[in-house]
Amino acid sequence: MSAITAITMPKWGLTMTEGKILGWLKAAGDAVAASDELVEIETTKITNVLEAGETGVLRRIVAAPGATLPIGGLIAVVASLDTPDSEIDAFVAGFTAPEPAAAEAENTASAPQELAAGDYRLHYLDLGDGGVPIVFIHGFGADLNTWMFNQPALAERQRTIALDLPGHGGSTKALSSAFDSAGFAADIDRALAALGINRVHLVGHSMGGAVALHLAGWQPDRVVSLTLIASAELGAEINAAFIGGFVKMERRREAQKVLRLLVHDPALVSRQMVEDVLRYKRLDGVAAALSAIAAEWFPNGVQRARWAEIAATLAIPTQIIWGSDDKIIPLAHAEALADRVPVHILDAAGHLPHMEKSAEVNRLIARFVAG
Amino acid sequence: MPQKSIRQALNEALAQEMRRDPRIIVIGEDVSGGAGSEGQRDAYGGVLGVTKGLIGEFGDARVIDTPITESAIMGAAAGAAVTGLRPVAELMFSDFLGVCFDQIFNQAAKFRYMFGGKAKTPLVIRTMIGAGRSAAAQHSQSPYGIFTSVPGLKCVVPSNAYDAKGLLIQAIRDDDPVIFCEHKLMYDLRTEVPDEPYTIPFGEANIVRDGDDVTVVALARMVHYAGEAADALAKDGIEVELIDPRTTSPLDEDTILESVERTGRLVIVDEATPRCSIATDIAALVADKAFDALKAPIRRVTAPHTPVPFAPGLEKLYIPSPEKIAAAVREVYGYGK
Repeated sequence: MSAITAITMPKWGLTMTEGKILGWLKAAGDAVAASDELVEIETTKITNVLEAGETGVLRRIVAAPGATLPIGGLIAVVASLDTPDSEIDAFVAGFTAPEPAAAEAENTASAPQELAAGDYRLHYLDLGDGGVPIVFIHGFGADLNTWMFNQPALAERQRTIALDLPGHGGSTKALSSAFDSAGFAADIDRALAALGINRVHLVGHSMGGAVALHLAGWQPDRVVSLTLIASAELGAEINAAFIGGFVKMERRREAQKVLRLLVHDPALVSRQMVEDVLRYKRLDGVAAALSAIAAEWFPNGVQRARWAEIAATLAIPTQIIWGSDDKIIPLAHAEALADRVPVHILDAAGHLPHMEKSAEVNRLIARFVAG
Repeated sequence: MPQKSIRQALNEALAQEMRRDPRIIVIGEDVSGGAGSEGQRDAYGGVLGVTKGLIGEFGDARVIDTPITESAIMGAAAGAAVTGLRPVAELMFSDFLGVCFDQIFNQAAKFRYMFGGKAKTPLVIRTMIGAGRSAAAQHSQSPYGIFTSVPGLKCVVPSNAYDAKGLLIQAIRDDDPVIFCEHKLMYDLRTEVPDEPYTIPFGEANIVRDGDDVTVVALARMVHYAGEAADALAKDGIEVELIDPRTTSPLDEDTILESVERTGRLVIVDEATPRCSIATDIAALVADKAFDALKAPIRRVTAPHTPVPFAPGLEKLYIPSPEKIAAAVREVYGYGK
């Protein structure tokens, strides 16, 4: 009997319970290879493309466009060309999605936790086991959910930890110690100490990229590799209108305008994504924290460009990932380093390539951390 | 994130704000919550259970029990507000508005204007609305339309615990009088509510679900009935965009108008009576400002123009139902097709 593989509804992010099939990018009968784009799936938060995990033939599309399925529900079948139709029929008929109770148990196991780091309570999500852990550091105004397409995928191979920086997500909002790149790097250092973790792979996005760079420059023996995604502090320019708008926005319409600057395809910014950002921004202390961080990091709308030289001369393996259509931090900051470190420029991506081109970014990180 | 009921969310909002600002006081009938017990304080947490624990933490100088005298509660609260405190007064049933309307309508609402902006009136009046409990005609009304019609008052009508907490904190921090309407059948309704304090700006509607076919605007308990109707309609391929204005004054006109400009079809659901009401006000707004976008007549699903009946069977007929809402949506959806 030939191998038949089920393609099922993925779980993207902590709160996803179901997804809606928007459109198939492959037709039944098409040959597919691992990492081919298969189908566009919409969740309440974001639309993303599911890629094939296996090589074979897309033998059956079970879920038509418009269909909504729970996580784990069967959406298609991949098998070899010589698998008889009857076997495919039997596979589809016999497929049982995981019990909601089992899915719920898995959900609890993957819930964020809290640790004490200095004066702060830091919120973090610890997924996967083994290996040198990958530590994810988000950008300005974001939280660990920015890694929702990356962390679960990379956690299949090794331990991964995503943290909320002070002032962000579920962590303490009132900033009580330094919050420049050195200050945040010290917070991450304290968090890693609390977790008993010594050596790490660092993945940092935007402001989190500069934090990762500081940590790598400060404690080079602990950092095995460094992935900088649309990183801050590699050059002076930054979209001051975005930073100012993000700090100021209180209402859905203005928030939508501001958040659309983050991505190449504005349709990616769903109402739920806007609502989630606003829910964070409404919490007491967030406005003050974001204003203070913006003033420290981007005074007068200019970045402190302190890391370009360090990024280029670090002995630690370093790679840079950037979207070709980044409207927040110019692509030129990456291009300037291209002759000294590997720079991957992803087409049709904005400032969030790890969300907009998640599969590609996951591959780049997986390959890089594997050495 | 923890799930909390509307009752818990309101209680948490009051306690957190009272800790933050010593000028905040709570005043009303049995807000200390001991009435009916054998003398122990806070046995029940007030008639609505919303003020539980406050007397113990903040004492009777800040949690003030009053006689059954709505005119005195509102008069004292309005005076306290204009002289520097930030009172949260409780009008147990909004139906008793009549006995204290001068204090609200002609005093609190007018102070800032009459004193040329030199006086602030940071007053919140929490009050219970809604039918469905066979509490009869004098304890079942939803008079937020009356509050909304008064310049100088703001009016909040939340539909879930997340909104209730954020809007109550916003109301307490607002420098104008705010009427905060709590539906008597919704106190135990639960949703995810952050432990931290937060505010939701007034005049910012919540889009409860997205849809391109018909816009439905609903308030308070009707948001949930409209949601049930939308679930049923979705099975037939009719996609409802459900908008909860959250505050009737100020009203988020833009969100409603933008939605109707896209769908061309509008149903308004309101548990209150239809004459001079929120439903009628929104219908007029859309007829006035989005007339060219309309592909069908605007439909209002409201209570009839009668007092709320006591008999349970009649009361059920009186309140808009998911079935009536779905029928109205189908009617405007099919109009002209």
